[in-house]
Amino acid sequence: MTAVLETKGLGKRYGRRWALRDCTLEIPPGHVVGLVGPNGAGKTTLLNLAVGLLSPTSGDILVLGDRPAHGAAQLARVGFVAQETPLYAGLSVADHLRFGAWLNPSWDQPQAEDRIDQLGLDRTQRAGELSGGQRAQLALTLAIAKRPELLILDEPVASLDPLARREFLQHLMESVAEHELSVVLSSHLVSDLERVCDYLIVLVSSQVQVAGEIEELLASHHRLTGPRRDLERLPASQEVIEASHTDRQSTLIVRTDQPILDPTWSVEQISLEDLVLAYMGRAAPTRATRPALLRVEP
Amino acid sequence: MIEFHLDTHSGVAPYLQVVHQVRQALRLGLLSEGDQLPTVKDVVARLAINPNTVLKAYRELEHDGLVAARPGIGTFVTRTLSDASLAAHAGLRRELLRWLAGARRAGLDDESIEALFRDCFRTASAEDVA
Repeated sequence: MTAVLETKGLGKRYGRRWALRDCTLEIPPGHVVGLVGPNGAGKTTLLNLAVGLLSPTSGDILVLGDRPAHGAAQLARVGFVAQETPLYAGLSVADHLRFGAWLNPSWDQPQAEDRIDQLGLDRTQRAGELSGGQRAQLALTLAIAKRPELLILDEPVASLDPLARREFLQHLMESVAEHELSVVLSSHLVSDLERVCDYLIVLVSSQVQVAGEIEELLASHHRLTGPRRDLERLPASQEVIEASHTDRQSTLIVRTDQPILDPTWSVEQISLEDLVLAYMGRAAPTRATRPALLRVEP
Repeated sequence: MIEFHLDTHSGVAPYLQVVHQVRQALRLGLLSEGDQLPTVKDVVARLAINPNTVLKAYRELEHDGLVAARPGIGTFVTRTLSDASLAAHAGLRRELLRWLAGARRAGLDDESIEALFRDCFRTASAEDVA
């Protein structure tokens, strides 16, 4: 099956600064992919490259097996909701639907109208008068009504209150179940995405730190606690993602596909949030102030 | 029809939570043979979770012989858990109470009894696996 997103050594540079560097990914279809990283990590750059709003400085990118924004057919296959869900403030809800129908060959008008009714939106209301949650829902309705194979959402829930956030994700997941869409959505908070995603990309400081199916990531990462020891002596199959030590104890987060045999370690599962934080901590330039614990870099 | 809920902080995988909730409903008699489980679309629209999570849970229940999927219609309960567990319940309960009384006579406090039970439980599970 064709990957929804395939990149090889992809990079984007603005002047001297690389917004995205050496990004190599291959995301199989049928996933809801969470793209997570702090603000300024390069998430928007990667998504804009995927929809063809930016062109790469280096490397290659294929979306659904074709170049981003390569002709009308490719544009029709990809739905995109940019950050802050931009709409035409002066146009009414109904105007937005008409506009969508006019621009998109595969437009599903009945479905869009049903959804607007379900949301309880007044069709004559201007987009500028809608609440943040309603604007996000309208933008999502438009993106889904074009019946894309891949839907790309840049920070769709960042500005929403918890209820609007939940409603937005409910609508999104219902559409995924109904239309078998692949989705890539970004957030700086993994907790926003934990319920909805089954694939994760962690992007920090312009570079992909880890990517994979969430279930596999959780199964292969462990927290080890035990008597203090030298990291050099760990088996080669264990990659240390995070390490902290006190004078007598070591606490590690390691990635390994092998069982942990050393009986002096106590082994725990880690949460997705801890996993993401470990990779973020590793990628971020050493912060001088780490309270209390002496930090030994791997 | 039952409704699922999700505790994201429990550390239990979401698909397992769905499996547990179906098994629990079967055990309590809330679901019985022929009842339909909520459709995948309904579950994800309510819980805002990934459809694959629900599919995986339903596949596991199907694998355990508790439900069957009828393509295009839905997923239906094919077996109930309440009878089997209830019938065995009374005898087991009596035995456990007798054992607990014995443990108290031996001078064990609540915490020690729990620790002993958990230790045996783990040993027995490990032997099952081996």
